[in-house]
Amino acid sequence: MGKSPEELYQERAKRVWDVIALKEPDRVPFLPTFTFFPVNYAGLSCEEAMYDYDKIGAAYRKALLDLEPDMFNSPYLTLAIGPLLEILDYKLIRWPGHGVAPDKTYQFVEGEYMKAEEYDDFLFDPTDYMLHTYLPRVCGTLAPFSRLPNFPMIYYTRFVAGLTPFGEPEVGEAFEVLRRAGVESQRLVGKAVAFGQEMQALGFPAQYGAFAIAPFDYIGDFFRGTRGIMVDIYRRPEKLLALLDKVTRITIQSTLRSLQATSVPVVFIPLHKGIDGFMSLEHFKTFYWGSLRQLILALIDEGLTPCVFWEGHCESRLETIRDIPKGKAMYRFEQTDFAIAKEVLGDTVCMRGNVPASLLCTGSPDEVTAYCKQLIDVAGKGGGLIIDGAIGIPDEAKPENALAMARATRQYGCYG
Amino acid sequence: MLSELIDSIAGMKEERALSLARELLEGGVDPLKVLESCREAMTIVGQRFEECTYYLPELMLAGEMLQEISQMAKPRMTKGLEVRRRGRVVIGTVQGDIHDIGKNIVTMLLDVHGFEVHDLGVDVPPQKFIDAIKAVQPEILGLSALLTVAFEPMKRTIQAITEAGLRDSLKIMIGGAPIDERIRQYSGADAYGADAMVAVELSKGWTEGHKTLA
Repeated sequence: MGKSPEELYQERAKRVWDVIALKEPDRVPFLPTFTFFPVNYAGLSCEEAMYDYDKIGAAYRKALLDLEPDMFNSPYLTLAIGPLLEILDYKLIRWPGHGVAPDKTYQFVEGEYMKAEEYDDFLFDPTDYMLHTYLPRVCGTLAPFSRLPNFPMIYYTRFVAGLTPFGEPEVGEAFEVLRRAGVESQRLVGKAVAFGQEMQALGFPAQYGAFAIAPFDYIGDFFRGTRGIMVDIYRRPEKLLALLDKVTRITIQSTLRSLQATSVPVVFIPLHKGIDGFMSLEHFKTFYWGSLRQLILALIDEGLTPCVFWEGHCESRLETIRDIPKGKAMYRFEQTDFAIAKEVLGDTVCMRGNVPASLLCTGSPDEVTAYCKQLIDVAGKGGGLIIDGAIGIPDEAKPENALAMARATRQYGCYG
Repeated sequence: MLSELIDSIAGMKEERALSLARELLEGGVDPLKVLESCREAMTIVGQRFEECTYYLPELMLAGEMLQEISQMAKPRMTKGLEVRRRGRVVIGTVQGDIHDIGKNIVTMLLDVHGFEVHDLGVDVPPQKFIDAIKAVQPEILGLSALLTVAFEPMKRTIQAITEAGLRDSLKIMIGGAPIDERIRQYSGADAYGADAMVAVELSKGWTEGHKTLA
């Protein structure tokens, strides 16, 4: 007789948590990260997936039931965001129908959204900077916020002058935009909660309870741009370090707040600009790892498990990033050599990922099976390994290859 | 003083480099000589990047210094700087992908190493590559991508170039985070680069023995 969903749920959760705690599980867990793969698999367009909350839920459900991973990731808070992007007229993303073809995924538009001379403004009062300068710049419909008053100056009879901007029709419209965006966000969160409950009933635990970002990437990706932040390392290192410190504290605070609404104690932290080839090891330690480690340790202190995604190659960083408590986190790697990583990190943190995107998109199921078997042989001894694609399951992966990955993990990943 | 300018740029001493350049130009030194020294410094930066002592912060800061000094020198110049070129490269991010950081790094390194680079930008359709190949007649084509969504367009672009009869006279290199030997074979490119320096090495190899272009 087959296992009940509840038994499967417990078994899958234990399997993953054993690996995180560096205990040998019953078998290697299979945690495929989905983005638009389920969408292509179900024959939806990316545009439909970003706008139709029910269709994307159905697409994810189908992929999960067919691949039977040990945990699921939800499509709602990062994928089905078309309506929200439209309400905000958001400039950092191009999406289907808005700069990208209907069958293509949304893409990030990097820019210098914060100018070099604005460090002091951000440092002095982050909320004021976001309201007056940053949000009007990155959200077309929030542009009138640049006319908001200085809030500390709304006091005693001075409130007359302080309140006049709120009477302007454009400012009122911007507040109406925020309200509509808030209602849409609530709908999305509602869908995410319902999807999580449905998956739990089907026997799948959730992968993540919250998302965070490395402080260096927060500033580099969304504020200064790659050129901006890389040059700041030389031109204004003290200001950059001061802002990194501030952003670290804000990130810890907001991550802990967002986790109050969920029982899933895992925080996903994808990384971008600190990998091999981007900066020297010395700069990495000073500008990248210092603040990221602070974030990781703060989360672990609160009983949470950071899942840190090291993109690209990170071989030169392994000795440095080993400096975290044992058995308390998960490191996802894209192209880092798992044999080397196992040797350096094997007694500290479990590792996940590595099946190449090129193989999953253009290879054959036999090749995928052979690759997974070898990965388990090389990096799976005694536990510590979780199978996933190097960048999750690529959007254009052949379905038969994703299925081969699932099968190979079950076939070759058993212990004992 | 010119050698100190070279050391300052190559040593990431931006303020010193800019004040030296200003002094030299105001003191009547030929602006072409100043720019020649900048180019020499950029070669050193490129070498250190190759040796993995320099990375993006150094490469990008050196680029900014070069730009600032060029702007200072321009109004004083009577003729343009003549640079000997190793060869011509047409480069772009393929259709469907709008990312350009990797492509821009490769473009800058190729320029530092003496190539004439024609950058077509991002989300470039096959026909635009074909038009540029006809107009520029490069020895080398570089196709860039960050996303897996670009695998098919890469293949399609190279197919279109072949169908247009332009493939034989052209070396094609591809690069970007998800690109590997498997995608090289899949797309039909001649080579792929796992990092930006490989693009320079490939380009040098492919143009070795070619007559330098004036």
